[in-house]
Amino acid sequence: MSAPAARNPEIQELLQRKYQHGFVTDIESDTLPPGLDEDVIRVISARKEEPEFLLDWRLRAFRYWREAREPSWAKLNIPPIDYQAISYYSAPGAAKDAPKSLDEVDPRLLETYDKLGIPLHERARLAGVAVDAVFDSVSVATTFKSRLAEAGVIFCPFSEAVREHPELVRKYLGSVVPYRDNYFAALNSAVFTDGSFVYVPKNTRCPMELSTYFRINERNTGQFERTLIIADEGSEVSYLEGCTAPMRDENQLHAAVVELVALKDARIKYSTVQNWYPGDEKGRGGIYNFVTKRGDCRGRNSSISWTQVEAGSAITWKYPSCILRGDNSTGEFYSVAVTNNFQQADTGTKMIHIGRNTSSNILSKGISAGRAQNTYRGLVKVFPRAEGARNRTQCDSLLIGRDCGAHTFPHMDIGHPRAVVEHEATTSRISEDQLFYCRQRGLGEEDAVNLIVNGFCKQVFNMLPMEFAVEAQALMNVSLEGAIG
Amino acid sequence: MSAPLLDIRELTVRVEGKEILSGLSLEVGRGEVHAIMGPNGAGKSTLAQALAGRDGYGVSAGSMRFDGEDLLGMSPEERACKGLFLGFQYPVEIPGVSNMYLLRSALNAQRKAAGQPEINAAEFLRRARQEASRLKLKPELLKRGVNEGFSGGEKKRNEMLQLAVLKPRLAVLDETDSGLDIDALKVVASGIRALRDGQRAFVLITHYERILNLVSPDKVHVLAGGGIARSGGAELVQELEAAGYETFLREAA
Ligand SMILES: Nc1ncnc2c1ncn2[C@@H]1O[C@H](COP(=O)(O)OP(=O)(O)OP(=O)(O)O)[C@@H](O)[C@H]1O
Ligand SMILES: [Mg+2]
Repeated sequence: MSAPAARNPEIQELLQRKYQHGFVTDIESDTLPPGLDEDVIRVISARKEEPEFLLDWRLRAFRYWREAREPSWAKLNIPPIDYQAISYYSAPGAAKDAPKSLDEVDPRLLETYDKLGIPLHERARLAGVAVDAVFDSVSVATTFKSRLAEAGVIFCPFSEAVREHPELVRKYLGSVVPYRDNYFAALNSAVFTDGSFVYVPKNTRCPMELSTYFRINERNTGQFERTLIIADEGSEVSYLEGCTAPMRDENQLHAAVVELVALKDARIKYSTVQNWYPGDEKGRGGIYNFVTKRGDCRGRNSSISWTQVEAGSAITWKYPSCILRGDNSTGEFYSVAVTNNFQQADTGTKMIHIGRNTSSNILSKGISAGRAQNTYRGLVKVFPRAEGARNRTQCDSLLIGRDCGAHTFPHMDIGHPRAVVEHEATTSRISEDQLFYCRQRGLGEEDAVNLIVNGFCKQVFNMLPMEFAVEAQALMNVSLEGAIG
Repeated sequence: MSAPLLDIRELTVRVEGKEILSGLSLEVGRGEVHAIMGPNGAGKSTLAQALAGRDGYGVSAGSMRFDGEDLLGMSPEERACKGLFLGFQYPVEIPGVSNMYLLRSALNAQRKAAGQPEINAAEFLRRARQEASRLKLKPELLKRGVNEGFSGGEKKRNEMLQLAVLKPRLAVLDETDSGLDIDALKVVASGIRALRDGQRAFVLITHYERILNLVSPDKVHVLAGGGIARSGGAELVQELEAAGYETFLREAA
């Protein structure tokens, strides 16, 4: 193993120099000043005591990113982003303005937790109350860890994996989403500070759902998060990301990367509920969410299934995809994307059929209300050697009101003459007749809208783990508040 | 003597700028069954929609009182929660929303408005299944989306199921008997008879004698020319069967 970068004298000097400039005062809890250059990346890598290979990789990513351009093909109206105005490193526990207890949290946020039925003991953590004050999750996490360890499953913060399992990180990092993949993936590769790492050993069924919910010591990783999940031969794992509660976060730009690797006979199920701040009803503020998620069905008979409920963010740019490399592998994408007010979402999936007898299933439900724009963008690609490839795509759009938009761009690139590819798309509007029918039976107008929307999303919600499905339904209702009237 | 359950006076309703009802009056007492007949396009459904409070059915004059309360200021859901039920002539499909889920939500909304607790899910299911089997509605239809892919007759039976579960104080059934086969018609009629308890009232909008023979209405009205052109007992039905609406149309013109 190479010497950690932190012990490199040049880096040490660099660190000192930054201190001299008065940017940082305390080595344990500090924040770098805004700006991005190679020095910043060296500092990040040094602070995290990373091995040489990782620093090299970050620097290559950075150099690529510096020359790259933001993609402009999405049907999104993106205000210019000043990448030099962002601070790229903040040590854990650095947020000095974090509330000390729930009493200091915005009451409107607490009200939303109430509507969503978030358990009391979870609220403090979600609202960003300093971690050491949230004693409950510590004990939960401890029992959790021992059960996983018994099964041989590794589930830890990404930075811990870099220290404890560098050979795994080195082998798989960037093997599904190379840093050259796209602008935001390159940026993430250069500057990511933490995230999750999962390794499930051969022929092991992970004994529980893994959830970011239980991952403690991870404040301030939301902005450039890096997740890597490896399911070794014959293993199985289900991973839940995010939660329905709106998360406190001051960073406007989010650019996460998630890589999944499924080896022979392995199965990965990845579920997301995304509810970052969407901006207000006038379209001010809100998170820009540029995410690259991709799974590689590397081995025979492997399968990867994405389920997402995208409710938050001002801008969502996200295409969880599957590379169906192994013969008989299967990929699935189930999505609900809801946009209200001035939110914009351009989301969908790519199913890349390379192996023989590969199959994929896409089910996308887009809901637009207010002045929101909601786009499904998909690619089904079948390579000439993918004998027996099959895809089924269903894209449904639901419009609420007259000022919103729904768009569907289902691209197909079919290289095998006998591939079976089916596509179906519908667009409907919640009709006056439907609302009146429900109201005549006694339901209020908002309840009627919620009932119809939840019915529209049901097939996707059914794919979520049980308790999540209930929360997702409540989340839909909160997201569409004020959509009618 | 208390006020009639439904008291409509001099009601004028405009739809899309066109006056459809002009000074219509109708009283329905507790426990009574009234039939409303009349030519196509006379305004029977318009009356039903205006009673239920549908947007776009503007009441420009007159009054509607339900159990002594003015309906005009109430939203459709408030009217429903007071016990006013409309069986639709063309029940709408709501794909994806399970039939049972809508019905349970509706029942709970009405219970909530009445200050009652939510119904226990198992108890609800038992009750709904029992009513469905009484109405010979295929159990499979309970799980499907609301009216989703239902045949015409199945939609009408489903309206009856909702009626049977919600147990309103006044049910306005807009051609619920149309499009039903003979067995279904008997089922619907016996459903109505079973719900007659001396308090609950019915307004049956229909074109056919058959249903009226099965439920024997207390009063029969002819809606024509924007108002109630004639009212009578069950014998009026025979008269109409023989002579048609010719005379009413001439009078109205
Ligand atoms: N939304 C509307 N827009 C325009 N005209 C309407 C609307 N609703 C009803 N009308 C008109 O009002 C008149 C009465 O219609 P209504 O449906 O009440 O008749 P009806 O008596 O129920 O007829 P039927 O026996 O055929 O059901 C018709 O001329 C109809 O075209
Ligand atoms: Mg009619």
